Amino acid sequence: MLQIQDLTVDHGAIRALNAISFTVAEGKLAAVIGSNGAGKTTLMRTLSGLKSAASGEATWLGHNLLHGKPEHHVRNGVSHVSEGKSVIAQLTVEENLDLGALWRRNSSEAKATKKEVFALFPRLEERRKQLSDTLSGGERQMLAIGRAYMSRPQLLLLDEPSLGLAPLVVEQIFQSIRQIVDTMGVTVVLVEQNAMGALKIADYGVVLNLGTIAATGKASDLIADPAVRAAYLGY
Amino acid sequence: MNQFLDMVMIGVSAASIYSLMAISMVLVWRSTRVVNFAQAGMALLSAYIGYELVARIGNFWIALPLAMVLGAAFSALIEFTLMRTLLKHSSQGPIAAIAPIIATLGLLGLIRASIGFIWGHADVQLEAPLSKVGYKFGDTTIVMSPMSLFVLLFVITLMIIVSVIFQKTNIGLALRASAYAPEIAQLAGIRVSGIRTLGWAIAGAAGAAAGILQTVNGNGALSPESLEFSLLLVFGFIAAVIGGLESLPGAVLGALVLGLVLAFVQIYISGALVFIVAFLVLLVVLILRPQGFLGAKAGRRA
Repeated sequence: MLQIQDLTVDHGAIRALNAISFTVAEGKLAAVIGSNGAGKTTLMRTLSGLKSAASGEATWLGHNLLHGKPEHHVRNGVSHVSEGKSVIAQLTVEENLDLGALWRRNSSEAKATKKEVFALFPRLEERRKQLSDTLSGGERQMLAIGRAYMSRPQLLLLDEPSLGLAPLVVEQIFQSIRQIVDTMGVTVVLVEQNAMGALKIADYGVVLNLGTIAATGKASDLIADPAVRAAYLGY
Repeated sequence: MNQFLDMVMIGVSAASIYSLMAISMVLVWRSTRVVNFAQAGMALLSAYIGYELVARIGNFWIALPLAMVLGAAFSALIEFTLMRTLLKHSSQGPIAAIAPIIATLGLLGLIRASIGFIWGHADVQLEAPLSKVGYKFGDTTIVMSPMSLFVLLFVITLMIIVSVIFQKTNIGLALRASAYAPEIAQLAGIRVSGIRTLGWAIAGAAGAAAGILQTVNGNGALSPESLEFSLLLVFGFIAAVIGGLESLPGAVLGALVLGLVLAFVQIYISGALVFIVAFLVLLVVLILRPQGFLGAKAGRRA
């Protein structure tokens, strides 16, 4: 279980997250939605060890997520796909994937994981030798998720995978994320501006507003909630 | 025609040594975003260590790789102690960009002073292990000698080893990823700080080879105030910058261009102009192609 308790994070002089608490059970998909500046990206960067917290607790299966660097968290099964183009443009598709499994030191297991990634995103296999610079936005996002999956995570933190993608591609990426949860048993925390799309595939939803939690609950309940609809879903 | 061939041979053998120096600057730049002016001092120290090892073991062929290993260890130690501390304590504001570079200048002075303290200020002599008399073809003697041919072949071998490491091995993948996008590499589970130290170590080995080869290929004299080593730093740095500063093949290409241009000036115009022309090359390249021969056009990408 991902357990977040009274987590407070400062961004310079600004309090980006103010004592937020929520939990995500294993094998579930939680969507974190909210407008710009709500603290979504800060939350993800704190959980993966890129940013340090001011106070509070965050644990995944007993591992303290507020202590240690990202490379340490990866070894405890927590992978983070950061916002934007989270692939290395100067490396080939396959090199980007291999990168995620370098620390595992077991090349036959890594190869098996790569097969899973290629099964999930066949496009990446077709383009394995290409520089990732040459990929489309959607393919890049697939590659970023694939790279994170190469580390064999139990908890996957995805920051705005839909950013800048065409609606049809977003749909496809969201389906793949759901598939990662359902067939591979990975727990996912999905941060999204595209609130409706994210809530539709999620099990739970967390609504952030200016660093505090405005609402939490089952995703379907949030979609039905008139206040949430008016403020975040736009109808 | 003979003069032209001489020019090419002089240019290429000078370029081989510049390229080692350029590579060590590029490696350090890529791993920590620091221009390491202490590289000249580290190369000089390695040359002195080479001299000491030759004096003790009496065998240049063992001393050379051993000095490279020690150069790597010293460089890694500098990164681990000095650079890590500096980067941690000056991570924000304008000082963050300047402090590490100024620190390398300070380190350069420190190393030179320590060398004078240990070995004295008088010249010491590191003898060339091979003949420096040019090969003869009929009645013409070319400038390429067994010594300079060895230098050239050794550098080419090192380049091949380095490029195989970078392109074909897991360590190389980690080195490249950490250079291009440290944050993504970290999120992929790479221990980026260790990889940085490794980048400095490889740079230290390349710099050590540059220092020793330059000395035995030249007149063999070493002194703490050595002008040759200051020139080696300047030429290596120029080669790295015109090559694009990010790119290892670029560094080699930059060194080749610089070496050939300088040899041309030296043979056809005047040896006195070499220093000026080196900076002219730098200026012209920076004006016409600011990103260098093989540098990426845009700024750093995430």
